[in-house]
Amino acid sequence: MFKALHAKRGSQLIIGFLVGVIFGFLLQKGGATRYDVIIGQLLLTDFTVLKVMLSAVVTGMIGVYALKGAGMAQLHPKSGSFGSSVIGGLIFGVGFGILGYCPGTVVGAVAQGSLDALFGGVVGILIGAGLFAVAYPKLEKGFMKIGDFGETTVPQALHVSPQLVIAPLCTVIIGLLYWLESIGL
Amino acid sequence: MEWLAMERWSPYVVGAGIGVLSWLTFLLSDKAIGVSTSFARTAGMIEKLFAGAKVKDKAYYQKFPPVIDWEWMLVLGLLLGAYISVVLSGQFRLEWVPPMWAAAAGTNIFARWLTALVGGIIIGFGARWAGGCTSGHGISGTMQLAVSSWLAAISFFIGGIITAKIIFNVFLK
Repeated sequence: MFKALHAKRGSQLIIGFLVGVIFGFLLQKGGATRYDVIIGQLLLTDFTVLKVMLSAVVTGMIGVYALKGAGMAQLHPKSGSFGSSVIGGLIFGVGFGILGYCPGTVVGAVAQGSLDALFGGVVGILIGAGLFAVAYPKLEKGFMKIGDFGETTVPQALHVSPQLVIAPLCTVIIGLLYWLESIGL
Repeated sequence: MEWLAMERWSPYVVGAGIGVLSWLTFLLSDKAIGVSTSFARTAGMIEKLFAGAKVKDKAYYQKFPPVIDWEWMLVLGLLLGAYISVVLSGQFRLEWVPPMWAAAAGTNIFARWLTALVGGIIIGFGARWAGGCTSGHGISGTMQLAVSSWLAAISFFIGGIITAKIIFNVFLK
């Protein structure tokens, strides 16, 4: 539908920037750029981060799959493997718990004046990404190949229509959020 | 316009807003919101300053060339957007040590800086190993129902919860 727009590099860079402005504004207003809020989530005492993420997932999922159904959008699921998604994910988690920000919220934290995010977090993530570029040729042929499943989505893996996953998943997520509120978290 | 000056919005409003923003990125840009690839590109740009054009020969930088793209601009915008939000609520303040860290570990700047640096290196390495972060996998990938993203997002939180619990309940107790 917006094929011509997708191909315009200059316009896309501007759109990317504007999306980032709104994204950063929302993350900061949500409190997700605060170390205390993120660590509170990981210590399971403050569920703000999960509430933001899960309501984004429910809203986004319904809209994006509706757009796809109407032929107005294409999905871009990332490829993965157990060796990449799970091992890499657990390493990420260790860093997440130590740093107390993630790559997106660390940038928002810098903007609010958090100097640990700038001189520790951002510098560290750049070093970590650079080190990964060094390790990549070996990891790509080794660990990251374990249990490769490509760009599969959950409905594809289960051989069911997306609606059959979306409806129960939204129900479970909304139920979980409702439960968290009801027990005062 | 009082709501723009509020320090915090409901997490559900913020989450729904991010969800709607995702519709727009799929529609207008055929892309999903993500952040950590830009760190890899920036690392490549910095390496290029020191090592020159041969950086491009690295397999990883052939996959993710060190250039400014849509997502890189998104991260730049994120910085501005968060700044606008914090200035509107009058909460901008330079701070080396976050309150929860200070309460548990004290106000030593070096200790917090070193911890953040080490955590940053690990999360940066892990984000690229997993092929995404809390944004690209945790929000954008899970909403597309990608198997890789659900596994990664669950792993982020398992690793994060265990690590934070060990740090706060064992080391800093």
